[in-house]
Amino acid sequence: MRHGAMGSLRLFGRLVAASLAGQARYPGSALMLTAGQFLATGVEVIAVWALFHRFGEVQGWRLGEVAVFYGLVNCMFAIADALGRGFDVLGTEYLRTGAFDRLLLRPRPLALQLMGQDVRISRLGRLLQGLAVLAFGTMQAGVAWTPGAVAVALFALAGGVALFLGILVLQGTLSFWTVESLEVANILTYGGVQAAQFPLALYARWFRRVLTFAVPLACVAYYPVLVVLDKADPLGAPAWLGTVSPLAGFAFLALAFAAWGLGLRRYASSGS
Amino acid sequence: MTPRETLRPYRAAFASRFLQMLQYRTAAWAGFATQCWWGGIKVMVLAAFYGGVDGAPAPGAPMTLAQAVTYVWLAQGLLALLPWLGDPEVAQAVRSGSVAYDRLRPVDAYALWYARSAGWIAARVLPRVALMAAFAALLLPLAGLAHWAWKPPAGIAAGAAFAVSAVLALLLSTSMVMLLNIAAAASLNERGINALAAPVVIVFSGNLLPLALLPDAWQPLLLLQPLAGVTDIPARIWFGQLAGAQALEGLALQALWTTVLVAAGRAAMARTLRRLEVQGG
Repeated sequence: MRHGAMGSLRLFGRLVAASLAGQARYPGSALMLTAGQFLATGVEVIAVWALFHRFGEVQGWRLGEVAVFYGLVNCMFAIADALGRGFDVLGTEYLRTGAFDRLLLRPRPLALQLMGQDVRISRLGRLLQGLAVLAFGTMQAGVAWTPGAVAVALFALAGGVALFLGILVLQGTLSFWTVESLEVANILTYGGVQAAQFPLALYARWFRRVLTFAVPLACVAYYPVLVVLDKADPLGAPAWLGTVSPLAGFAFLALAFAAWGLGLRRYASSGS
Repeated sequence: MTPRETLRPYRAAFASRFLQMLQYRTAAWAGFATQCWWGGIKVMVLAAFYGGVDGAPAPGAPMTLAQAVTYVWLAQGLLALLPWLGDPEVAQAVRSGSVAYDRLRPVDAYALWYARSAGWIAARVLPRVALMAAFAALLLPLAGLAHWAWKPPAGIAAGAAFAVSAVLALLLSTSMVMLLNIAAAASLNERGINALAAPVVIVFSGNLLPLALLPDAWQPLLLLQPLAGVTDIPARIWFGQLAGAQALEGLALQALWTTVLVAAGRAAMARTLRRLEVQGG
């Protein structure tokens, strides 16, 4: 038996394949849930579009530019949400039932097992929706996808996935204390998507600070997208900022896993 | 039997579900916190589109920023009123087979589920709307953010008409929840149906964006469709956009849709229950 990184990665691949195959056994349900996700996440588009339709533009931002923010943020969250479901439902489905002990007994990285546990097909709904809006934004705003812009966008995407995954890990960590899944974390996940899909410059100053320093959504969305759009920050941040700021997402994930380690140390089985 | 006695089982069903759901205080606080965040973002975005709180009124906007802000808080407070989920207890009863007990009771099955679902909705709405009002109508002005606050109703008449409209909204929403319950019973699985219902409800009730802010060409249809009665009509009555005869028309529309949907629900339920196979075990 190999315990190396390759072995773990292969195991992760198999877990993902197994959870996808399980859902594919109910194609009707999987299709409806995916369509539902596509629609549910797509309704926000209607709000954004209707506001631009009525008011023209907002503080110099046009619909196409906002669509790029919106699309990218939704792609980030869709991927993170698919990977992080194990942390999301940790309290109700693992801790309370005692199923968590089974994961602990396996000689494989715990985080990897949780991430591969329940990868939802339906998250494709949000991902496709995000990609569609991103394509629309590209055409409307005339984004030039130079190799540099693509690199910044992919870096931002990776940082954003790390950030949202970090939020889900923190949510899971909390449930070591509460032994239930707290929906308050939805403020940071779904609410974070909601907040980051508009340009940061629209918000009040205290809220901009929260989104930059506490939950660094602006670092993975606002600043890199400014680079992609080749637009100067109306708030005066330097142009290079967006090429490094997505690192904050990885830092957030690292901190989240540190907290996770603390929570894991005080875990006591519920015994059921 | 006197009407009082006839109604007793339904009143009891309403009250027991209402009191049961009131116990979930953590859920109410969590919902409240989420809705404050959501409302806050919506208010900031709307203010940006309107050109700031002290900017000149946006040309062509069908409502003032203050009205739109009030609408946002009201819609967030009434979020649990939206008919986007079937009553989980009904779906559970169908899946576990305990629906058989309901079929044996000597009461009207539709009315019993209706009363229970109404209790389920009311118990989730009342604490949240009270918390939201305390936050957005009292706390925000005290904190010096009066221009971001939930403003009082346009007048005493508007307040009274709103109260009636809110009750009608509950009855209307329950009639829609009943349709979701019946669909869940027919398909034995509520998740797919709920997933498709939610986005439709969020857009057409006005929760996503005040219906008046959607394109002008859509307005006649938006006002007549049934979901307007769940959030939009009560909200317009609150800040006086629908007043006098128009307010009465709004109330009549809510009542009309409730009647139609209850009739449709009764017919669908009779058909579903005749075919229902009770799950064993």
